[in-house]
Amino acid sequence: MLTVATGNKAVASAVKQACPSVVAAYPITPQTEIVEQIAEFVTSGELKSQYIPVESEHSAMAACIGASITGVRTFTATSSHGLAYMHEMVNWAAGARLPIVMANVNRALGPGWNIWAEHTDAFQERDTGWLQVYVGSVQEAYDATLMAFRIAEHESVLLPVMVNMDGFLLSHSMQPLQSVEVGDFIPPIHLPHAIDTAHPAGYGTLTGPDDYFRLRWDIERSMRDSVAVIRETQDDFAKKFGRKYDLVEEYRCEDADVVVIALGTLGKEAEVAVDLLRKEGHRAGSMRIRWLRPFPHLDLSGRDVVVIDRDYSFGFGGVIARSLAANERATPFSVIAGLGGQEVTYDDIAGFVRDRKPGEEMWFGVNGNV
Amino acid sequence: MYEVRIHSRGGQGGVTAARLLALAAIRDGKYAVAFPFYGAERRGAPVVSYVRIDDQPIKVYSQIRNPDLILVLDPSVMDVVDVLHGMKQGGRVLLNGPEPRDMKGFPTLAVDLTGIALRERLVVAGSPILNTPVLGALAKMGIITLDSAKAAIREMFSDERNITAADAAYKELNA
Repeated sequence: MLTVATGNKAVASAVKQACPSVVAAYPITPQTEIVEQIAEFVTSGELKSQYIPVESEHSAMAACIGASITGVRTFTATSSHGLAYMHEMVNWAAGARLPIVMANVNRALGPGWNIWAEHTDAFQERDTGWLQVYVGSVQEAYDATLMAFRIAEHESVLLPVMVNMDGFLLSHSMQPLQSVEVGDFIPPIHLPHAIDTAHPAGYGTLTGPDDYFRLRWDIERSMRDSVAVIRETQDDFAKKFGRKYDLVEEYRCEDADVVVIALGTLGKEAEVAVDLLRKEGHRAGSMRIRWLRPFPHLDLSGRDVVVIDRDYSFGFGGVIARSLAANERATPFSVIAGLGGQEVTYDDIAGFVRDRKPGEEMWFGVNGNV
Repeated sequence: MYEVRIHSRGGQGGVTAARLLALAAIRDGKYAVAFPFYGAERRGAPVVSYVRIDDQPIKVYSQIRNPDLILVLDPSVMDVVDVLHGMKQGGRVLLNGPEPRDMKGFPTLAVDLTGIALRERLVVAGSPILNTPVLGALAKMGIITLDSAKAAIREMFSDERNITAADAAYKELNA
Protein backbone atom coordinates (compact mmCIF):
# COMPACT_ATOMS: atom_id res chain seq x y z
CA MET A 1 0.00 0.00 0.00
CA LEU A 2 1.41 3.37 -1.08
CA THR A 3 0.86 6.05 1.51
CA VAL A 4 2.55 9.12 3.00
CA ALA A 5 4.47 8.78 6.23
CA THR A 6 7.13 10.48 8.30
CA GLY A 7 10.45 8.72 8.83
CA ASN A 8 9.46 8.09 12.44
CA LYS A 9 6.16 6.44 11.47
CA ALA A 10 7.93 4.40 8.78
CA VAL A 11 10.35 2.99 11.36
CA ALA A 12 7.49 2.23 13.76
CA SER A 13 5.60 0.41 10.98
CA ALA A 14 8.65 -1.70 10.15
CA VAL A 15 9.08 -2.55 13.85
CA LYS A 16 5.43 -3.58 14.06
CA GLN A 17 5.95 -5.96 11.13
CA ALA A 18 9.20 -7.37 12.56
CA CYS A 19 7.27 -7.97 15.78
CA PRO A 20 9.93 -7.78 18.51
CA SER A 21 8.98 -9.52 21.77
CA VAL A 22 10.30 -6.62 23.82
CA VAL A 23 10.51 -2.87 23.16
CA ALA A 24 12.07 -0.64 25.82
CA ALA A 25 12.52 3.01 24.98
CA TYR A 26 12.58 6.55 26.32
CA PRO A 27 11.27 9.46 24.25
CA ILE A 28 13.54 12.26 23.03
CA THR A 29 13.11 14.85 20.27
CA PRO A 30 13.12 14.14 17.32
CA GLN A 31 12.66 10.40 17.94
CA THR A 32 9.54 10.70 20.16
CA GLU A 33 7.02 9.79 17.46
CA ILE A 34 8.64 6.33 17.04
CA VAL A 35 8.12 5.55 20.71
CA GLU A 36 4.59 7.00 20.77
CA GLN A 37 3.56 5.06 17.66
CA ILE A 38 4.93 1.74 18.93
CA ALA A 39 3.23 2.31 22.30
CA GLU A 40 -0.04 2.86 20.40
CA PHE A 41 0.46 -0.34 18.40
CA VAL A 42 1.01 -2.26 21.65
CA THR A 43 -2.01 -0.63 23.35
CA SER A 44 -4.30 -1.37 20.41
CA GLY A 45 -3.08 -4.96 20.22
CA GLU A 46 -1.69 -4.54 16.66
CA LEU A 47 1.76 -5.35 18.03
CA LYS A 48 2.05 -8.19 20.51
CA SER A 49 5.13 -6.96 22.34
CA GLN A 50 6.11 -6.39 25.92
CA TYR A 51 6.54 -2.62 26.04
CA ILE A 52 8.74 -1.51 28.93
CA PRO A 53 8.54 2.19 29.77
CA VAL A 54 11.85 3.09 31.39
CA GLU A 55 13.19 6.12 33.25
CA SER A 56 16.23 6.66 31.02
CA GLU A 57 18.01 5.57 27.86
CA HIS A 58 20.63 3.73 29.92
CA SER A 59 17.80 1.65 31.35
CA ALA A 60 16.22 1.24 27.92
CA MET A 61 19.32 -0.46 26.57
CA ALA A 62 19.80 -2.41 29.81
CA ALA A 63 16.23 -3.72 29.50
CA CYS A 64 16.84 -4.70 25.86
CA ILE A 65 20.04 -6.49 26.89
CA GLY A 66 18.21 -8.41 29.63
CA ALA A 67 15.44 -9.38 27.23
CA SER A 68 17.73 -10.20 24.32
CA ILE A 69 19.87 -12.62 26.31
CA THR A 70 16.77 -14.77 26.79
CA GLY A 71 16.78 -15.21 23.02
CA VAL A 72 13.93 -12.90 21.97
CA ARG A 73 13.81 -10.09 19.40
CA THR A 74 14.26 -6.59 20.88
CA PHE A 75 14.05 -3.00 19.68
CA THR A 76 14.73 0.46 21.02
CA ALA A 77 15.07 3.97 19.60
CA THR A 78 16.88 7.10 20.71
CA SER A 79 18.73 10.22 19.60
CA SER A 80 21.66 12.45 20.54
CA HIS A 81 21.85 12.93 24.32
CA GLY A 82 19.80 9.77 24.80
CA LEU A 83 22.37 7.77 22.86
CA ALA A 84 25.20 9.40 24.79
CA TYR A 85 23.50 8.53 28.09
CA MET A 86 23.12 4.94 26.83
CA HIS A 87 26.79 4.65 25.86
CA GLU A 88 27.93 2.18 28.53
CA MET A 89 25.15 -0.25 27.66
CA VAL A 90 25.70 0.26 23.91
CA ASN A 91 29.13 -1.29 24.44
CA TRP A 92 27.65 -4.08 26.52
CA ALA A 93 25.07 -5.03 23.87
CA ALA A 94 27.77 -5.61 21.27
CA GLY A 95 30.20 -7.34 23.66
CA ALA A 96 27.46 -9.72 24.81
CA ARG A 97 26.72 -10.47 21.13
CA LEU A 98 23.06 -9.46 21.34
CA PRO A 99 21.27 -8.72 18.03
CA ILE A 100 19.35 -5.69 19.32
CA VAL A 101 18.02 -3.28 16.69
CA MET A 102 17.99 0.43 17.51
CA ALA A 103 16.78 3.39 15.49
CA ASN A 104 18.83 6.51 16.13
CA VAL A 105 17.45 9.81 14.88
CA ASN A 106 20.63 11.79 14.29
CA ARG A 107 20.74 15.04 16.24
CA ALA A 108 23.46 17.38 17.44
CA LEU A 109 24.77 17.35 21.01
CA GLY A 110 24.57 20.38 23.28
CA PRO A 111 25.49 22.90 24.31
CA GLY A 112 24.48 25.00 22.38
CA TRP A 113 21.19 23.26 22.78
CA ASN A 114 20.16 22.00 19.35
CA ILE A 115 17.59 19.47 18.18
CA TRP A 116 18.55 19.35 14.48
CA ALA A 117 20.44 16.88 12.32
CA GLU A 118 24.07 15.93 12.86
CA HIS A 119 25.87 12.57 12.73
CA THR A 120 28.31 13.10 15.61
CA ASP A 121 25.92 11.39 18.07
CA ALA A 122 26.14 8.02 16.27
CA PHE A 123 29.77 8.48 15.22
CA GLN A 124 30.66 8.59 18.93
CA GLU A 125 29.42 4.97 19.07
CA ARG A 126 31.33 3.81 16.01
CA ASP A 127 33.95 1.78 17.94
CA THR A 128 31.42 -0.17 20.06
CA GLY A 129 30.91 -3.13 17.72
CA TRP A 130 27.48 -2.08 16.43
CA LEU A 131 26.72 -2.19 12.74
CA GLN A 132 25.54 1.22 11.55
CA VAL A 133 23.46 2.11 8.49
CA TYR A 134 22.46 5.64 7.39
CA VAL A 135 19.35 6.14 5.27
CA GLY A 136 18.45 8.80 2.70
CA SER A 137 14.65 8.62 2.50
CA VAL A 138 11.56 7.62 4.47
CA GLN A 139 11.20 4.51 2.30
CA GLU A 140 14.79 3.56 3.04
CA ALA A 141 14.24 4.06 6.79
CA TYR A 142 11.43 1.50 6.61
CA ASP A 143 13.36 -0.94 4.40
CA ALA A 144 16.59 -0.66 6.43
CA THR A 145 14.74 -1.28 9.72
CA LEU A 146 13.23 -4.50 8.36
CA MET A 147 16.60 -5.65 7.05
CA ALA A 148 18.37 -4.69 10.30
CA PHE A 149 16.61 -7.47 12.25
CA ARG A 150 17.61 -10.14 9.72
CA ILE A 151 21.23 -8.93 9.54
CA ALA A 152 21.67 -8.57 13.32
CA GLU A 153 20.18 -11.99 14.06
CA HIS A 154 22.12 -13.84 11.34
CA GLU A 155 24.27 -16.59 12.89
CA SER A 156 27.39 -15.16 11.23
CA VAL A 157 26.76 -11.70 12.70
CA LEU A 158 24.99 -11.73 16.10
CA LEU A 159 25.81 -8.07 16.61
CA PRO A 160 23.43 -5.16 17.24
CA VAL A 161 22.44 -2.87 14.37
CA MET A 162 21.78 0.88 14.55
CA VAL A 163 19.55 2.41 11.86
CA ASN A 164 20.34 6.12 11.53
CA MET A 165 18.16 8.80 9.98
CA ASP A 166 18.59 12.57 9.94
CA GLY A 167 16.57 14.40 12.58
CA PHE A 168 13.58 16.34 11.16
CA LEU A 169 14.86 16.08 7.56
CA LEU A 170 13.69 12.45 7.62
CA SER A 171 12.10 11.87 11.01
CA HIS A 172 9.44 14.55 10.39
CA SER A 173 9.43 14.69 6.59
CA MET A 174 6.33 13.15 5.00
CA GLN A 175 7.22 11.11 1.94
CA PRO A 176 5.75 8.26 -0.10
CA LEU A 177 6.00 4.93 1.70
CA GLN A 178 5.36 1.58 0.05
CA SER A 179 4.98 -1.09 2.71
CA VAL A 180 5.67 -4.76 2.05
CA GLU A 181 4.29 -8.12 3.14
CA VAL A 182 7.26 -9.32 5.21
CA GLY A 183 6.33 -13.02 5.03
CA ASP A 184 9.38 -15.17 5.83
CA PHE A 185 11.89 -12.44 4.95
CA ILE A 186 12.96 -12.22 8.62
CA PRO A 187 13.45 -15.79 9.91
CA PRO A 188 12.55 -16.60 13.55
CA ILE A 189 15.29 -15.51 15.93
CA HIS A 190 17.67 -18.14 17.27
CA LEU A 191 20.28 -16.97 19.75
CA PRO A 192 22.77 -19.83 20.28
CA HIS A 193 23.95 -18.45 23.65
CA ALA A 194 20.48 -17.64 25.05
CA ILE A 195 20.11 -18.29 28.76
CA ASP A 196 18.53 -21.65 29.52
CA THR A 197 17.62 -22.75 33.03
CA ALA A 198 18.23 -26.37 32.00
CA HIS A 199 21.84 -25.48 31.27
CA PRO A 200 22.93 -22.82 33.78
CA ALA A 201 25.95 -20.76 32.77
CA GLY A 202 27.70 -17.57 33.85
CA TYR A 203 27.39 -14.41 31.78
CA GLY A 204 29.53 -11.30 31.90
CA THR A 205 31.98 -12.79 34.35
CA LEU A 206 35.57 -11.64 34.74
CA THR A 207 37.52 -12.32 31.56
CA GLY A 208 41.26 -12.21 32.04
CA PRO A 209 44.08 -10.92 29.83
CA ASP A 210 44.53 -14.39 28.33
CA ASP A 211 40.97 -14.49 26.94
CA TYR A 212 39.53 -10.98 26.53
CA PHE A 213 41.27 -10.29 23.22
CA ARG A 214 39.70 -13.46 21.76
CA LEU A 215 36.23 -12.01 22.39
CA ARG A 216 37.29 -8.75 20.76
CA TRP A 217 38.68 -10.58 17.73
CA ASP A 218 35.45 -12.55 17.46
CA ILE A 219 33.50 -9.28 17.20
CA GLU A 220 35.80 -8.12 14.41
CA ARG A 221 35.55 -11.48 12.63
CA SER A 222 31.74 -11.20 12.68
CA MET A 223 31.94 -7.55 11.58
CA ARG A 224 33.95 -8.69 8.54
CA ASP A 225 31.55 -11.58 7.89
CA SER A 226 28.63 -9.15 8.11
CA VAL A 227 29.56 -7.63 4.74
CA ALA A 228 28.41 -10.79 2.93
CA VAL A 229 25.29 -11.01 5.12
CA ILE A 230 24.35 -7.39 4.39
CA ARG A 231 24.79 -7.98 0.65
CA GLU A 232 22.82 -11.21 0.71
CA THR A 233 20.01 -9.61 2.76
CA GLN A 234 19.84 -6.54 0.51
CA ASP A 235 19.85 -8.73 -2.62
CA ASP A 236 17.06 -10.90 -1.25
CA PHE A 237 15.11 -7.76 -0.32
CA ALA A 238 15.48 -6.53 -3.91
CA LYS A 239 14.35 -9.90 -5.26
CA LYS A 240 11.30 -10.07 -2.99
CA PHE A 241 10.27 -6.41 -2.82
CA GLY A 242 11.94 -4.74 -5.81
CA ARG A 243 14.02 -2.08 -4.07
CA LYS A 244 17.78 -2.45 -4.45
CA TYR A 245 20.38 -1.23 -1.95
CA ASP A 246 24.17 -1.44 -1.75
CA LEU A 247 26.74 -0.62 0.94
CA VAL A 248 27.45 2.59 -0.96
CA GLU A 249 24.96 4.15 -3.38
CA GLU A 250 26.85 5.42 -6.40
CA TYR A 251 25.29 8.05 -8.65
CA ARG A 252 26.69 8.82 -12.13
CA CYS A 253 30.16 7.62 -11.07
CA GLU A 254 31.04 5.52 -14.17
CA ASP A 255 33.09 8.19 -15.95
CA ALA A 256 33.35 10.66 -13.05
CA ASP A 257 36.68 12.37 -12.43
CA VAL A 258 35.35 14.02 -9.25
CA VAL A 259 33.08 12.39 -6.69
CA VAL A 260 31.28 14.00 -3.77
CA ILE A 261 30.78 11.76 -0.75
CA ALA A 262 28.21 12.22 2.02
CA LEU A 263 25.76 10.32 4.23
CA GLY A 264 22.00 10.50 4.72
CA THR A 265 19.99 13.35 3.24
CA LEU A 266 23.14 15.25 2.23
CA GLY A 267 24.02 12.23 0.08
CA LYS A 268 20.65 12.60 -1.70
CA GLU A 269 21.00 16.37 -2.09
CA ALA A 270 24.47 15.67 -3.58
CA GLU A 271 22.81 13.75 -6.43
CA VAL A 272 20.91 16.90 -7.39
CA ALA A 273 24.23 18.81 -7.27
CA VAL A 274 25.76 16.17 -9.57
CA ASP A 275 22.99 16.68 -12.14
CA LEU A 276 23.63 20.43 -12.00
CA LEU A 277 27.41 20.00 -12.39
CA ARG A 278 26.95 17.57 -15.30
CA LYS A 279 24.88 20.20 -17.12
CA GLU A 280 27.79 22.62 -16.67
CA GLY A 281 30.17 20.06 -18.21
CA HIS A 282 31.79 18.72 -15.03
CA ARG A 283 32.22 14.93 -14.97
CA ALA A 284 30.90 14.66 -11.42
CA GLY A 285 29.43 11.73 -9.51
CA SER A 286 28.35 11.08 -5.95
CA MET A 287 28.72 8.26 -3.44
CA ARG A 288 26.33 8.02 -0.51
CA ILE A 289 27.90 5.88 2.19
CA ARG A 290 25.06 3.81 3.72
CA TRP A 291 27.01 1.48 6.01
CA LEU A 292 29.46 3.23 8.34
CA ARG A 293 30.22 -0.05 10.14
CA PRO A 294 31.36 -2.23 8.51
CA PHE A 295 33.09 0.62 6.68
CA PRO A 296 32.92 -0.01 2.93
CA HIS A 297 35.60 0.10 0.27
CA LEU A 298 35.15 2.99 -2.18
CA ASP A 299 36.71 3.07 -5.63
CA LEU A 300 38.33 6.51 -5.58
CA SER A 301 41.46 5.81 -7.65
CA GLY A 302 42.33 8.57 -10.11
CA ARG A 303 39.46 10.77 -8.93
CA ASP A 304 39.22 14.03 -7.07
CA VAL A 305 37.29 13.52 -3.86
CA VAL A 306 35.05 15.98 -2.03
CA VAL A 307 33.79 14.73 1.34
CA ILE A 308 31.00 16.42 3.28
CA ASP A 309 31.12 15.53 6.96
CA ARG A 310 28.03 16.32 9.04
CA ASP A 311 30.19 15.47 12.06
CA TYR A 312 33.54 16.40 13.53
CA SER A 313 36.24 14.81 15.65
CA PHE A 314 37.85 17.75 17.41
CA GLY A 315 41.61 18.01 17.02
CA PHE A 316 41.46 15.47 14.17
CA GLY A 317 39.02 16.26 11.37
CA GLY A 318 35.88 15.18 9.56
CA VAL A 319 35.49 11.50 10.38
CA ILE A 320 34.57 10.37 6.85
CA ALA A 321 37.26 12.48 5.17
CA ARG A 322 39.98 11.20 7.52
CA SER A 323 38.70 7.59 7.23
CA LEU A 324 38.94 7.75 3.43
CA ALA A 325 42.36 9.37 3.62
CA ALA A 326 43.50 6.41 5.72
CA ASN A 327 41.67 3.53 4.02
CA GLU A 328 41.69 4.63 0.40
CA ARG A 329 44.74 6.92 0.43
CA ALA A 330 42.49 9.68 -0.82
CA THR A 331 43.43 13.37 -0.59
CA PRO A 332 39.92 14.73 -0.11
CA PHE A 333 38.68 18.28 -0.04
CA SER A 334 37.11 17.98 3.40
CA VAL A 335 33.98 20.08 3.89
CA ILE A 336 32.43 20.33 7.35
CA ALA A 337 28.79 21.24 6.70
CA GLY A 338 25.29 20.68 8.03
CA LEU A 339 26.27 20.66 11.72
CA GLY A 340 23.26 21.13 14.00
CA GLY A 341 20.93 21.22 10.99
CA GLN A 342 22.85 23.96 9.12
CA GLU A 343 21.12 24.42 5.77
CA VAL A 344 23.17 22.99 2.88
CA THR A 345 21.60 23.22 -0.59
CA TYR A 346 22.52 21.43 -3.81
CA ASP A 347 23.85 24.79 -5.03
CA ASP A 348 26.18 24.87 -2.02
CA ILE A 349 27.34 21.30 -2.74
CA ALA A 350 27.96 22.12 -6.41
CA GLY A 351 30.06 25.05 -5.16
CA PHE A 352 32.14 22.73 -2.94
CA VAL A 353 32.91 20.62 -6.02
CA ARG A 354 33.67 23.54 -8.36
CA ASP A 355 35.99 25.25 -5.88
CA ARG A 356 37.55 22.12 -4.38
CA LYS A 357 41.01 22.31 -2.85
CA PRO A 358 42.28 18.72 -2.44
CA GLY A 359 43.94 18.14 0.90
CA GLU A 360 42.33 21.14 2.58
CA GLU A 361 39.53 21.40 5.14
CA MET A 362 36.74 23.99 4.89
CA TRP A 363 34.10 24.76 7.50
CA PHE A 364 31.04 25.85 5.55
CA GLY A 365 29.87 29.26 6.70
CA VAL A 366 32.94 29.84 8.89
CA ASN A 367 35.87 30.22 6.49
CA GLY A 368 33.50 31.96 4.09
CA ASN A 369 30.81 30.45 1.92
CA VAL A 370 32.14 28.86 -1.25
CA MET B 1 9.10 20.73 -9.54
CA TYR B 2 6.16 22.60 -8.03
CA GLU B 3 6.87 24.11 -4.60
CA VAL B 4 4.35 25.32 -2.04
CA ARG B 5 4.89 27.25 1.19
CA ILE B 6 2.09 27.26 3.74
CA HIS B 7 1.82 29.99 6.38
CA SER B 8 -0.35 29.43 9.41
CA ARG B 9 -0.23 29.54 13.19
CA GLY B 10 0.66 26.64 15.46
CA GLY B 11 -2.47 24.55 16.03
CA GLN B 12 -4.27 25.63 12.83
CA GLY B 13 -3.36 22.47 10.94
CA GLY B 14 -0.83 23.84 8.45
CA VAL B 15 1.31 20.72 8.78
CA THR B 16 -1.71 18.50 8.15
CA ALA B 17 -2.64 20.65 5.13
CA ALA B 18 0.85 19.98 3.75
CA ARG B 19 0.48 16.28 4.38
CA LEU B 20 -2.97 16.16 2.74
CA LEU B 21 -1.67 18.02 -0.32
CA ALA B 22 1.30 15.62 -0.68
CA LEU B 23 -0.99 12.61 -0.27
CA ALA B 24 -3.42 13.95 -2.89
CA ALA B 25 -0.53 14.57 -5.33
CA ILE B 26 0.66 10.99 -4.80
CA ARG B 27 -2.88 9.74 -5.49
CA ASP B 28 -2.60 11.70 -8.76
CA GLY B 29 0.42 9.51 -9.59
CA LYS B 30 3.03 12.15 -8.82
CA TYR B 31 5.90 12.26 -6.33
CA ALA B 32 5.47 14.54 -3.34
CA VAL B 33 7.02 15.36 0.02
CA ALA B 34 5.72 17.54 2.83
CA PHE B 35 7.82 18.92 5.63
CA PRO B 36 7.30 21.40 8.41
CA PHE B 37 9.99 23.81 9.51
CA TYR B 38 10.54 22.94 13.13
CA GLY B 39 11.81 25.72 15.31
CA ALA B 40 10.69 26.93 18.69
CA GLU B 41 7.06 27.22 17.63
CA ARG B 42 4.11 26.84 19.91
CA ARG B 43 0.36 27.11 19.67
CA GLY B 44 -0.56 30.43 18.09
CA ALA B 45 2.94 31.31 16.83
CA PRO B 46 3.47 31.76 13.08
CA VAL B 47 4.62 28.46 11.49
CA VAL B 48 5.63 27.43 8.00
CA SER B 49 5.33 24.11 6.22
CA TYR B 50 6.32 23.08 2.74
CA VAL B 51 5.23 20.76 -0.07
CA ARG B 52 7.18 19.69 -3.14
CA ILE B 53 5.44 17.96 -6.06
CA ASP B 54 7.24 16.54 -9.09
CA ASP B 55 7.01 13.92 -11.84
CA GLN B 56 10.37 12.49 -10.64
CA PRO B 57 11.45 11.18 -7.22
CA ILE B 58 12.39 14.16 -5.04
CA LYS B 59 15.93 14.23 -3.65
CA VAL B 60 16.12 17.83 -2.48
CA TYR B 61 16.03 18.25 1.30
CA SER B 62 16.93 21.92 1.68
CA GLN B 63 14.20 24.46 2.42
CA ILE B 64 12.04 25.89 -0.35
CA ARG B 65 13.41 29.32 -1.27
CA ASN B 66 11.35 30.31 -4.31
CA PRO B 67 7.84 28.87 -3.99
CA ASP B 68 5.41 28.61 -6.90
CA LEU B 69 2.48 28.96 -4.53
CA ILE B 70 2.16 30.69 -1.19
CA LEU B 71 -0.81 29.59 0.84
CA VAL B 72 -1.81 31.79 3.77
CA LEU B 73 -4.20 29.96 6.09
CA ASP B 74 -4.16 32.81 8.63
CA PRO B 75 -3.82 36.28 7.03
CA SER B 76 -2.98 37.78 10.45
CA VAL B 77 0.53 36.30 10.14
CA MET B 78 1.13 38.85 7.38
CA ASP B 79 1.44 41.51 10.12
CA VAL B 80 4.57 39.79 11.42
CA VAL B 81 5.89 37.65 8.54
CA ASP B 82 6.83 38.67 4.98
CA VAL B 83 4.85 35.84 3.36
CA LEU B 84 5.99 36.89 -0.14
CA HIS B 85 9.67 36.41 0.70
CA GLY B 86 11.44 34.61 -2.16
CA MET B 87 8.26 34.37 -4.25
CA LYS B 88 9.03 32.98 -7.69
CA GLN B 89 8.34 35.11 -10.78
CA GLY B 90 4.92 34.01 -11.98
CA GLY B 91 4.07 32.56 -8.58
CA ARG B 92 0.57 32.69 -7.12
CA VAL B 93 -0.94 33.42 -3.72
CA LEU B 94 -3.95 31.75 -2.12
CA LEU B 95 -5.45 33.53 0.89
CA ASN B 96 -7.98 32.38 3.42
CA GLY B 97 -10.48 35.25 3.41
CA PRO B 98 -13.64 36.58 1.78
CA GLU B 99 -11.82 38.93 -0.66
CA PRO B 100 -8.47 38.91 -2.46
CA ARG B 101 -6.16 41.74 -1.52
CA ASP B 102 -3.20 43.24 -3.32
CA MET B 103 -0.11 41.07 -2.79
CA LYS B 104 2.48 43.29 -4.52
CA GLY B 105 0.98 42.47 -7.90
CA PHE B 106 1.26 38.67 -7.61
CA PRO B 107 -1.83 36.84 -8.88
CA THR B 108 -3.88 36.33 -5.74
CA LEU B 109 -6.96 34.26 -5.06
CA ALA B 110 -9.07 34.15 -1.94
CA VAL B 111 -11.57 31.74 -0.49
CA ASP B 112 -13.31 32.00 2.86
CA LEU B 113 -12.11 28.73 4.42
CA THR B 114 -12.97 29.92 7.92
CA GLY B 115 -16.54 30.74 6.83
CA ILE B 116 -16.91 27.33 5.17
CA ALA B 117 -15.58 25.52 8.25
CA LEU B 118 -17.95 27.41 10.58
CA ARG B 119 -20.88 26.75 8.24
CA GLU B 120 -20.09 23.02 8.23
CA ARG B 121 -19.49 23.15 12.00
CA LEU B 122 -15.95 21.82 11.42
CA VAL B 123 -14.53 23.15 14.66
CA VAL B 124 -12.09 21.41 16.97
CA ALA B 125 -11.08 22.87 20.34
CA GLY B 126 -12.59 26.20 19.31
CA SER B 127 -10.61 26.43 16.05
CA PRO B 128 -12.20 26.10 12.60
CA ILE B 129 -10.66 23.30 10.51
CA LEU B 130 -9.03 24.86 7.46
CA ASN B 131 -6.85 22.05 6.11
CA THR B 132 -9.58 19.92 4.57
CA PRO B 133 -11.56 22.67 2.80
CA VAL B 134 -8.32 24.13 1.43
CA LEU B 135 -7.77 20.92 -0.57
CA GLY B 136 -10.89 21.79 -2.57
CA ALA B 137 -9.42 25.21 -3.37
CA LEU B 138 -6.09 23.67 -4.40
CA ALA B 139 -7.98 21.27 -6.68
CA LYS B 140 -9.79 24.22 -8.30
CA MET B 141 -6.38 25.81 -8.95
CA GLY B 142 -5.34 22.63 -10.81
CA ILE B 143 -2.56 21.61 -8.42
CA ILE B 144 -4.32 18.34 -7.59
CA THR B 145 -7.49 16.69 -8.88
CA LEU B 146 -10.69 16.95 -6.83
CA ASP B 147 -10.96 13.15 -6.77
CA SER B 148 -7.50 12.81 -5.25
CA ALA B 149 -8.20 15.64 -2.81
CA LYS B 150 -11.24 13.76 -1.52
CA ALA B 151 -9.35 10.44 -1.47
CA ALA B 152 -6.58 12.03 0.64
CA ILE B 153 -9.11 13.56 3.06
CA ARG B 154 -10.94 10.25 3.44
CA GLU B 155 -7.66 8.45 4.18
CA MET B 156 -7.03 10.74 7.13
CA PHE B 157 -10.50 11.72 8.38
CA SER B 158 -13.74 9.79 8.64
CA ASP B 159 -16.07 12.81 9.10
CA GLU B 160 -17.78 13.43 5.72
CA ARG B 161 -18.26 17.13 6.56
CA ASN B 162 -14.60 17.50 5.55
CA ILE B 163 -15.59 16.38 2.05
CA THR B 164 -18.57 18.75 1.96
CA ALA B 165 -16.28 21.60 2.99
CA ALA B 166 -13.72 20.73 0.28
CA ASP B 167 -16.53 20.69 -2.30
CA ALA B 168 -17.73 24.08 -1.05
CA ALA B 169 -14.22 25.61 -1.35
CA TYR B 170 -13.93 24.15 -4.85
CA LYS B 171 -17.19 25.83 -5.88
CA GLU B 172 -16.57 29.14 -4.14
CA LEU B 173 -13.03 29.79 -5.41
CA ASN B 174 -13.04 31.90 -8.58
CA ALA B 175 -9.96 30.45 -10.24
